[in-house]
Amino acid sequence: MEPEDDLCQNNWGGSSSSSSSKRREQVCFTSQHKWEDASILDYEMGMEEEPAFQENSNNNNGGQVNVDFLQGVRAQAWDPRTMLSNLSFMEEKIHELQDLVHLMVARNGQLQGRQEQLVAQQQQLITTDLTSIIIQLISTAGSLLPSVKHHNMSTAPGPFTGSALFPYPREANNLASQTLNNNTCEFDLPKPIVVEEEHEMKDEDDVEEGENLLPGSYEILQLEKEEILAPHTHFCTICGKGFKRDANLRMHMRGHGDEYKTPAALAKPNKEAVPGSEPMLIKRYSCPFPGCKRNKDHKKFQPLKTILCVKNHYKRTHCDKSFTCSRCHTKKFSVIADLKTHEKHCGKNKWLCSCGTTFSRKDKLFGHIALFQGHTPAIPLEETKPSAQKGSSACENSNNNNTGMVGFNLGSATNAIEEVAQPGFMDGKIRFEDSFSPLSFDTCNFGGFHEFPRPMFDDSESSFQMLISSACGFSPRNGGESVSNTSL
Amino acid sequence: MKKAKQIQHMISKPFDLLSEELVFIILDLVAQNPSDLKSFSLTCKWFYQVEARHRRSLKPLRAEYLPRILTRYRNTADLDLSFCPRVTDYALSVVGCLSGPTLRSVDLSRSFSFSAAGLLRLAVKCVSLVEIDLSNATEMRDAAAAVVAEAKSLERLKLGRCKKLTDMGIGCIAVGCRKLKRVSLKWCVGVGDLGVGLLAVKCKDIRSLDLSYLPITGKCLHDVLKLQHLEELLLQGCFGVDDDSLKSLTHHCNSLKNLDASSCQNLTQRGLTSLLSGAGCLERLDLAHSSSVISLDFASSLNKVSSALQSIRLDGCAVTCDGLKAIGTLCISLREVSLSKCVTVTDEGLSCLVMKLKDLRKLDITCCRKLTGVSITQVASSCPLLVSLKMESCSLVSRDAFWLIGHKCRLLEELDFTDNEIDDEGLKSISSCRSLSSLKLGICLNITDRGLSYIGMGCSNLRELDLYRSVGITDVGISSIAQGCCHLETINISYCKDITDKSLVSLSKCSMLQTFESRGCPHITCQGLAAIAVRCKRLSKLDLKKCPFINDSGLLTLAHFSQGLKQISVSETGVTDVGLVSLANIGCLQNIAAVNTRGLSPSGVAAALVGCGGLRKVKLHASLRSLLPSSLINHMEARGCSFLWKDYNNHNNSNTLQAELDPKYWKLQLEEDIEL
Repeated sequence: MEPEDDLCQNNWGGSSSSSSSKRREQVCFTSQHKWEDASILDYEMGMEEEPAFQENSNNNNGGQVNVDFLQGVRAQAWDPRTMLSNLSFMEEKIHELQDLVHLMVARNGQLQGRQEQLVAQQQQLITTDLTSIIIQLISTAGSLLPSVKHHNMSTAPGPFTGSALFPYPREANNLASQTLNNNTCEFDLPKPIVVEEEHEMKDEDDVEEGENLLPGSYEILQLEKEEILAPHTHFCTICGKGFKRDANLRMHMRGHGDEYKTPAALAKPNKEAVPGSEPMLIKRYSCPFPGCKRNKDHKKFQPLKTILCVKNHYKRTHCDKSFTCSRCHTKKFSVIADLKTHEKHCGKNKWLCSCGTTFSRKDKLFGHIALFQGHTPAIPLEETKPSAQKGSSACENSNNNNTGMVGFNLGSATNAIEEVAQPGFMDGKIRFEDSFSPLSFDTCNFGGFHEFPRPMFDDSESSFQMLISSACGFSPRNGGESVSNTSL
Repeated sequence: MKKAKQIQHMISKPFDLLSEELVFIILDLVAQNPSDLKSFSLTCKWFYQVEARHRRSLKPLRAEYLPRILTRYRNTADLDLSFCPRVTDYALSVVGCLSGPTLRSVDLSRSFSFSAAGLLRLAVKCVSLVEIDLSNATEMRDAAAAVVAEAKSLERLKLGRCKKLTDMGIGCIAVGCRKLKRVSLKWCVGVGDLGVGLLAVKCKDIRSLDLSYLPITGKCLHDVLKLQHLEELLLQGCFGVDDDSLKSLTHHCNSLKNLDASSCQNLTQRGLTSLLSGAGCLERLDLAHSSSVISLDFASSLNKVSSALQSIRLDGCAVTCDGLKAIGTLCISLREVSLSKCVTVTDEGLSCLVMKLKDLRKLDITCCRKLTGVSITQVASSCPLLVSLKMESCSLVSRDAFWLIGHKCRLLEELDFTDNEIDDEGLKSISSCRSLSSLKLGICLNITDRGLSYIGMGCSNLRELDLYRSVGITDVGISSIAQGCCHLETINISYCKDITDKSLVSLSKCSMLQTFESRGCPHITCQGLAAIAVRCKRLSKLDLKKCPFINDSGLLTLAHFSQGLKQISVSETGVTDVGLVSLANIGCLQNIAAVNTRGLSPSGVAAALVGCGGLRKVKLHASLRSLLPSSLINHMEARGCSFLWKDYNNHNNSNTLQAELDPKYWKLQLEEDIEL
């Protein structure tokens, strides 16, 4: 994890204090090879790799929760002075970024030979800073009005994908345009926060129901059953050890020699596509189970959107339900996440009929009773007290989590050269914690969040992801842990 | 000789010849007066047994006696426990065991301290239970409701103010009691659309449904109005029922006769139109205190129901002249109209309304202060069948109008002329209404003994007379009333300062007297009270507040003779501990007010409280609160007695009483208060 830290630190340091950027850039530039290639590769393969997708989805959740949460806090602690300081902070940030870009343009001529690495590095820096600005902007705007929320979220990333905010000279050399292009790509990262937020709450199978892709407009991939069910998808070419995530594999590779320790080797393999080449064909997936509606041979074939959809779909539909709820001992699941989701609600707020059927909603129970003769509502013996206690303790838990999240998320980085790699959120640690009130939290906000109990946070060079990972108060099973610990 | 012996035998057992059926018929006639029944059963053993077999309804004073009472009266069908504040589970299981098969109705509306276990006994044992009143069981939860659902034959159920009940409990009842016909859920604030909806789906026989003050929306009304037999729907104060939720409502509830949508603040003309659209046979409509203006537009929404509508209440609504006119022309069959507290009603509006209502029986124009003699004249000439006229505080109405009322409306039974300008001539004219039973003449300063004597001579059916602050009245007027109106049940002579014991002695001739209020009559003494106590056996409510000459001897007489007394006020009298303690002798006594009674000591009050076993409400001076032992207060509250602690800063000297007795001073005070 240290290289990660270094990387981010470097980025941040470089972008935030132009005085030190010179030195740092030198360091970075020398240490990086093949950066650009790697990143391009990642962009393309993102869809094929399960972990990559997972990052995405986790991001989404994290981001959403984050925003919701901030809003919750701020809704009750709206303060124009705070807003002002937030804005001025962002202004400062943008100026710094501008300085940095100026610097890059100026340096352009001197560093002709190492252009590729330079581009990658600069792209990295800008990405980091812009991401932090975006988050800061979203959270600041979120404090204004609940109704503004969606508007903000749907529009905020928009301008950043273009060059509007960043005065790159159009007529500049290919370095600048390349940076721009890469920006465009990179800023797709935060975008899912917005767009896919609602989908995440649903079953993945349903996600693409509304999608109307013309047949042939996308590429159909079909994984084999073994591939789908394989616990590990990444294998070490040297020792053969299997990993669930490519990032973990890369971490592992460090042990095989110094050549794997370079930042380039550790970095996420990036986009392959050369800027300016033809747009990528959209990828969709087919279920290997013959006769399934999700199978490409089915006459009403409905493709699956991502590899994760494939996995969940296959397990849910075509596999045994091997996970049994430890509370009710009746409900069975094939996807462990489904089990966890169920267990969270199992036994809580159960509306019970005399026939033994339980309902999660009262109106459903009453509909059931109205329909059948002789069924009556079953009154629990002791009314509500135990469940209420449970509820409150759960509430406490989640609040605790979130307290941590607040502290981490909003605190930090008044000093930009600090060890903590989080850009943005200069102010407010103390303020938010002070005004923190458990009452303002709706645990439902975090519902979608807990549905993904897998290790959520892959190591990645994106500071945005790091932010989310540590912000969520989860103890990530992989490298993210050290970051969140140190930062807390 | 033998014959003589037979005759002898017959004389010794004269009732052997009497069949039980005949005695039952006699008992039916005797039953109107409880004390007569008592005398009857005490005549002989056989009468005692026959009376026990005949009796169907019981209203015991103490739950402790239930085992003995129910053993004696084995055919009890109706059991009213409203005098027993504390009904334990044990008492209920006794009821279930002893009169299970015969019991048809139980009233537990004023009782507490029973739980689901007791109700279960009742529900299981009383197989033919048809009616149960569980109102005011504020601690009752869904579990108890689920137990009530065991009473499968239940037809009438009252659950007013069962605040802890939720949809789940109502759901159980809906599924269990399929024969329900009349259900009251008033103030069950935990019950919402789902519970009511399920009730409507499951109990198809419902005829009357009281949903007042429930947090329901229009959603459940879609189901409710599908009920085939629904006749009465009460939606008073349902704030959730609004136009939007009724938008899609289409129904054909032709059985609906009575709709109460009063105080539904979010229901305006649009929602009402859809609510009324299918109720073609509606007879009674209550829109009191609704937010809509009763205008021409509004009247058009009555189009669908106008043919059958007999009664409309628009109390407290903003009515316009056009609206009233339209209602008058649309709904010709109206028999009852209430415009109480509609401050905007004018002479023109009321005249237009009543013009065509030849059938009008009841009119309430209380506090319509703009009305003058013009419209009252119109009412008198247009509505000859008028039975009830309430026009309190219509002070602009001239004296001639009252004369015309008596002259034209000979069928009047109920008249409220409180705070009006009526005089003796008006009373003379009204005395020609032979069937008059209720007459309120409070604060009528123009009437004297002469007018009252006309009433005494003409209205022999008078049951209720109110002379509150009608200061022109003296003993002469009261005695003429007592002479002529022997059925008098209620009389109020409060603040009639010239009344003396003579009036009370003459009133004691009215043996049916139940309520006697003589607050602030400074000349009344214990002699007069004794006369009433001895001869008016049915006396149940007595107000002696501010009668300074009433003392212990009066209460001792009361305690001895008025065994039916339920409510007494002895505030600001000369009563001491002795008198108050003697009240413990009256078994029925429920309410006592004794504020600012100087002769009372804490120990005396405590003794009286402990002695009166059936007390429900006690009004005492606030200073006693700290002086009485808290354990006693706790004990009383556990017995079902609630305390009202009054803290008047009234020094109770004769000057203030004199000032209160002066009507002009009092009115001046009143106006000052209103202006404030």
